[in-house]
Amino acid sequence: MEHAEQKRDQSEIGKRTKQEERRLMWLQVKQNKECYFMMLPFMLVFFIFTIVPVVMSLPMGFTDFDMVQLPKFIGLSNYTTLFLNDSIFIQSIRVTLVFALFTGPLSYVLCFLLAWLINELHPKLKTIFTLIFYAPSMANVYTVWQLIFSGDSYGYLNSVLLNLGLVTAPVQWLTDSSYVLGVVIVVQLWISLGAGFLALRAGFQNIDRSQYEAGAIEGIKNRWQELIYITIPSMGPQLMFAAVMQIVSSFTAGTVSQSLVGFPSTDYKAHTIMTHAYDYGWVRYEMGYASAICMVLFIAMLVCNKLISKLLSNFMD
Amino acid sequence: MAALNLQEKKKEVKVPRKYQAGNIEKVRGSNKQAGKKIGGTIGIFVFLTVLGLFMALPIYLAIIMSIKPVHELFVFPPKLYVIDPTLDNFRDMFQTLSDMWVPFSRYVFNSVFVTICVTVAQCVFASMAAFILAKCRLPGMNVMNKIIVTSLLYQSNVIYIMQYIVMARLGMINTYWALILPSVASPMCLFLMRQSMTTIPDAMIEAAKVDGANMFTICWKIVMPNQKPALMTMIIFAFQAAWNIQGGTLVYKESLKTLPTVVQQAASSGLARAGVAMAAAVFMLVPPIVIFMLAQRNVIETMAHSGIKD
Repeated sequence: MEHAEQKRDQSEIGKRTKQEERRLMWLQVKQNKECYFMMLPFMLVFFIFTIVPVVMSLPMGFTDFDMVQLPKFIGLSNYTTLFLNDSIFIQSIRVTLVFALFTGPLSYVLCFLLAWLINELHPKLKTIFTLIFYAPSMANVYTVWQLIFSGDSYGYLNSVLLNLGLVTAPVQWLTDSSYVLGVVIVVQLWISLGAGFLALRAGFQNIDRSQYEAGAIEGIKNRWQELIYITIPSMGPQLMFAAVMQIVSSFTAGTVSQSLVGFPSTDYKAHTIMTHAYDYGWVRYEMGYASAICMVLFIAMLVCNKLISKLLSNFMD
Repeated sequence: MAALNLQEKKKEVKVPRKYQAGNIEKVRGSNKQAGKKIGGTIGIFVFLTVLGLFMALPIYLAIIMSIKPVHELFVFPPKLYVIDPTLDNFRDMFQTLSDMWVPFSRYVFNSVFVTICVTVAQCVFASMAAFILAKCRLPGMNVMNKIIVTSLLYQSNVIYIMQYIVMARLGMINTYWALILPSVASPMCLFLMRQSMTTIPDAMIEAAKVDGANMFTICWKIVMPNQKPALMTMIIFAFQAAWNIQGGTLVYKESLKTLPTVVQQAASSGLARAGVAMAAAVFMLVPPIVIFMLAQRNVIETMAHSGIKD
């Protein structure tokens, strides 16, 4: 008996008990009060106006809620309806996946490539080009997009195509079911040089010049080598930021589709998950169901984020 | 005082040993030859110009349309230029705006006030929180970082209802708070800043600590001056978001409405409004672009060296 106890004691040498650990943690917190104080203003606002609403909205997917009566708990029935009885939802998953797979990676690469190329230019030109590429994401000029892709011969694109003789009759870009998703993807790409792009620009500007100088000594021969051996490894955090932004913008896209090709779009060809949620939430006031739709999207985004951060961390080290 | 000392200290260690004195000229020279052919730069310029022209098309069309007279708006074939430019659309827009029973200046004040509050509060709060989250390994930080990324990914249309409930509980409906606080709580700027701050070498912070600086001083006097690009980017994001605040359901008192709301109203009411709508869009786009230019000008090439490197 005694022997066994001794053995256990020995194995626990160097390990702290839970209680001790907690005390140590508390000590650490106390010693660094200042740090926690500095976080307080943001965290307070963040907690009350972001975390609390988020947590409150989490269980809504399991309820029947029409915004007039109190939510009623109905278990998993929203989710079973969603996957078994809602063919438009399945269609919207397909649309969202196609949309995200096209715009996500493409605009991510575009953001990085353009941010890098701009960085190679003269400082004055940098500002101008950054503005030109960033501006479309600043302005919500959907009217212009509608004019460009307008279905009659007044549309800019149709007018150009007619003049060149590539088409004989105006193409119904915004209503023909075989074009709508394509048009939405093109416009999304156009305005997708947003937060991620600007963050990457900032990242490039933050790299220490002396690293390039050191690189030059060690035999870096051209732009490509500089990019691969110096720039990308020191851009990890910004690349991660851009990735998260890209996931959000490509998975939750809905406004572009709604304001461009109408709501609902022809044959639901540009009907994304977010549009579906909008339909149930703000048109039919079935908030519980809309909430379940958003939850599915959220889980998909979490998985995607996990995958990408794994992928990126492989690249960085 | 402590801060002053710190900055002096920083300057001393600025130049890494290998590049001191005579070496540096050689290094600079070799950098120029590091395969950066002038032809490549011109190629990049041409490529970006072509792509840039394409990218600028919608904005260009918006501006063109905003100065087109009505009879030019719908001609066939549509023209990429304007023959007879006019400011009628802008005049119409301001006319509609000044006809509302709340004076136009009130909307301008609301928007400017809210934008400044949000931008300043968000940048100050988020910078401090980001610094701690990025550079202090303390209990709770990992969890906090995870929560922030997760909250960025969470999009739900129920969230607005919940926000309304929280606001109503706090008695903030129909106050400036309702316009300001939800935007300050957005985690995007914090995440940007945190990501950028992780690249700061620990040695820099340790050195400052040894010199007796507290975390607050380190954050504002040492870290932030080194984070100018990220700071300027954050200002652009915060300003842009704040300038477009509409209040939605949280504010329905006419005297608290902001410019985006009323400009949209002005653009959507009345006849032949395509031109006025464009004028409104162009008008709303001017302040963010001005801020963008100011911020970018501030960033450029201030980043030659960032103190210590590991």
